[in-house]
Amino acid sequence: MNIQCASLSCLMKWSKKNWEIPVFTILALAPWFHPALAGGLGGQITSVLIICIAALGLNVMVGFTGLLHLGIASFFGLGGLFLAILTVPMNPLEIGFLPAVFVSVSVTAAIGTLLGSPTLRLRGEYLAIVTLGFGEVVRVLFLNLENVTGGTQGLGPIPPPGSGIFVTGIDLGREFVVDSRWFYYLSLIVLFVVVLLVRVLEKSTLGRAWIAVREEPLAAATIGISATKVRLSAFTIAAGIAGLAGCLSVASIGTTGDPNAFGFNRSVAILCAVIIGGLGSISGTLVGVTILFGFDIVVIPWVDSWMQRIQEQVFDVSFFTLGSWRLALVGIALIVVMRFRPVGLIPSRRFAAELQESQQ
Amino acid sequence: MDVASFLEQCGIGITSGGFLGLIAVGYTLVYGTVGLIHFAHGDVVMLGGCLSLAILSFLVPLPVDPLTGCLVVVLAATCSGLFCGCLNVCIDQFVYRPLRNAPPLSPLVSTIGVSFVLMNVGLIWIGPTDRAFPEIFLESTRSVGGFSIAMADLLVLVIIVPPVLCLYLLFRQTRFGRSLRSIAAITRATARSGEAGKLVIAAFFISGFLGGVASVAAGVHATTINYQMGHQMGLYALTAAVLGGIGSVPGALVGGLIVGLIRAISVALLGPRWAIASVFLVLIIFLAFRPQGIFGKSKTRGGQR
Repeated sequence: MNIQCASLSCLMKWSKKNWEIPVFTILALAPWFHPALAGGLGGQITSVLIICIAALGLNVMVGFTGLLHLGIASFFGLGGLFLAILTVPMNPLEIGFLPAVFVSVSVTAAIGTLLGSPTLRLRGEYLAIVTLGFGEVVRVLFLNLENVTGGTQGLGPIPPPGSGIFVTGIDLGREFVVDSRWFYYLSLIVLFVVVLLVRVLEKSTLGRAWIAVREEPLAAATIGISATKVRLSAFTIAAGIAGLAGCLSVASIGTTGDPNAFGFNRSVAILCAVIIGGLGSISGTLVGVTILFGFDIVVIPWVDSWMQRIQEQVFDVSFFTLGSWRLALVGIALIVVMRFRPVGLIPSRRFAAELQESQQ
Repeated sequence: MDVASFLEQCGIGITSGGFLGLIAVGYTLVYGTVGLIHFAHGDVVMLGGCLSLAILSFLVPLPVDPLTGCLVVVLAATCSGLFCGCLNVCIDQFVYRPLRNAPPLSPLVSTIGVSFVLMNVGLIWIGPTDRAFPEIFLESTRSVGGFSIAMADLLVLVIIVPPVLCLYLLFRQTRFGRSLRSIAAITRATARSGEAGKLVIAAFFISGFLGGVASVAAGVHATTINYQMGHQMGLYALTAAVLGGIGSVPGALVGGLIVGLIRAISVALLGPRWAIASVFLVLIIFLAFRPQGIFGKSKTRGGQR
């Protein structure tokens, strides 16, 4: 324990700017703190982590490049669908997990580019509505092309990653099914890699070009930045990251599930999470998703089951559930956060400075 | 598909396009004055539908003869219009007004929050299942010159045409309407000052009123309402507003008609499950060639929001 404390304080000093290290260390150790975190809650926390990944992709578009995107969940769904098509036993392909992830992420990114190229000359709201429309078209295709996508049932069962690979006599695939911690760690590692990737991108020439195009397209053009190319790259990267998140999601559930989960509502929820966290801020995005989806996926079912137990003990019937007021609770939370922190909970430094400037 | 059934589908398209156009005008007016996509508008309309359902099932033992039916429906439409107008103004004053200074995407999140709250109110009010909208008339069709016309479609026209005429008079003939139109040209910032503040209230009230009227037409047209109808109609109407060029009132009405026609024709040709996809596909293809919509002004600065 002493050693841990010392190393942690050392890490804190070293990582004043690198907040990821302590956060991810705590998350990595979390399953040992409480048995519930490793067991029942494991799957739900994993899905929050996966949505964090998709939200980071969206942040590249909305936060860095300033393009309003209302269809991120469709790319999430597309990534998952391609993974499922490539790996389910029903289809003849059945390639391994890693190559399937690679292929589906590239195809999803390519689709993002294809959607981006004819729509980049649209202004903000028009682009938003086109991405919204694209998301709905994808959802309807998912629902109606039953022999490819499985319709409302979804496509499954998707073999877990590492199935058929034996390490010292243990079947990795079986481990993934039996123990939810495997997926927790897989998602955590992928999230960590994506956080680093987005950070590197933000500091790179491309990242600064994104911000330049967002702030002053005209000035950016005069110093030789092609707004079209820069925006298209943001489109592609956002789609790719969301597709990666989709792959993880369907692999952890084992099926693509109901396509309605990839519709407008999910896209809007992820967008809200990014904005209440703070546009253009990586830590803000993670906080926003954790609050919004953690509340929705983890806290409300937990409180409900707890309240139901108490109500049944006291009154014999359960008459009130938080679940039926879920939408209103989330809605009020969004309104209140925006009212008191319009720039988001953890705004990026640049946005905060801008707001102060405009208020003076 | 023969000519008669094609014409019939066109009729359905025009009636549904009419109320979609009215809802789209709501989106366009709010966008024109405060520069905000009012995502909660569809849910305001849904609550208007709930109120008119309550009024219609409370007032008279339906069905009745045509004249009484029209009067009852006009009464219900007026009530629900006033209700939605006031609701819209309240939402603006309490939720959006404090955010006029905020970064452009923050009020958008507030509209989504309001939309969630209103949808939950609707869920508690009318429950999670479809509710049947009451039959207004004794006879459901009447034949005129060989064509059989559904009374419901006629009723929808009765509800929609007066507000459209009023809108035309308001925007063309009165000083007030002209200033309402011109405010779109001013920046968002002016929406805070006194005179412009009144115009913003007027824009939200008119937008809500038209939505409330349209909700009755939508209920009569679809024969059922549910708590998610606002969401779906909102998407169609927003598409219509964007197709017509957001910020333009005639554009929204024309866009509504086009969306209604596309939807009806695709329902007839491909089946209802492809309706929303075909509407959005047409929108995407159209915007790829004409990025500012039908009546929209061409952009002045590249890529700015």
